[in-house]
Amino acid sequence: MLFSVQVEVRLREGIADPQGATIERSLPQLGFDGVQGVRVGKLIRFDVEAVDEAAARAEVTDLCARFLTNPVIEDSEIAVRAAAGSER
Amino acid sequence: MAPRVGVVLFPGSNCELDVLEAVRLLGGEGEILWHGDDALGGVDAVVVPGGFAHGDYLRPGAIARFSPVMGAVTKFAADGGPVVGICNGFQVLTEAGLLPGALQKNRGLKFVCGPAQLRVESDQSVLTSGVKSGTLLEVPINHFEGNYTCSPETLAQLRDEDRIVLRYVRNPNGSMDDIAGITNGGRNVVGLMPHPERATSELLGSTDGLLLLQSLLQAASGRVAA
Repeated sequence: MLFSVQVEVRLREGIADPQGATIERSLPQLGFDGVQGVRVGKLIRFDVEAVDEAAARAEVTDLCARFLTNPVIEDSEIAVRAAAGSER
Repeated sequence: MAPRVGVVLFPGSNCELDVLEAVRLLGGEGEILWHGDDALGGVDAVVVPGGFAHGDYLRPGAIARFSPVMGAVTKFAADGGPVVGICNGFQVLTEAGLLPGALQKNRGLKFVCGPAQLRVESDQSVLTSGVKSGTLLEVPINHFEGNYTCSPETLAQLRDEDRIVLRYVRNPNGSMDDIAGITNGGRNVVGLMPHPERATSELLGSTDGLLLLQSLLQAASGRVAA
């Protein structure tokens, strides 16, 4: 089965995010006064072939730990869903 | 016999020729090690130079660490071989797990480029063995992601084991504990953000980089004799 995967890579809690802070500081000038907690990360999309969702998730978790994130400063959130038409 | 220093070339490296030039200036032999080869050709020391290995895609060093040459470098380091990572090379060594911690974007998203004053904090490493602790050096820096960071436990360990070998006199990038360079437990692997190969002539404004690279050649000579 084919699964669509989205991995959000983000800086860990407590790690300074100068991009997020810069964006947040600029927002009031545009009239957006109520925005807070801006954090900038990366979204990585791909498809993975696996027997079921649990297997797909396990593989992606391993991939994140070994490659897509640097655990010293980053963590990730993984979303896995059956790819459209994957049952055919 | 002159020590042979291998300089790793990744697609996107851009300081390899400067390192070769500095090595030859000091009487060593330098040669390029292509990242796609999985052997080091019997060199006595390895330098991972600055640049943007594999375009710095994903993260600096994240892809470089999987280049075939890195397996050989890791083995060489485990065997006590001298390995120095400069700037992007430091990032590669942290990603490869040869050195602890990570290099984040500079404080304030500021790209830094210019001379930096460094203090040698320990002469117990392959890059600093010829320089007394406390010596001040002027060596250029040139980076966007040189803000060293690690867990509090790792920082405590680095301090306790005297493994912070270079500190900035004035912190240019937000680096934890003013760290400019660290070494591994075996003291044969060193990573630093400043570029010693760019401080090798009065014409360049400083010759202080030679003191550091001379130490590396000394360590490499030890391998030749062994």
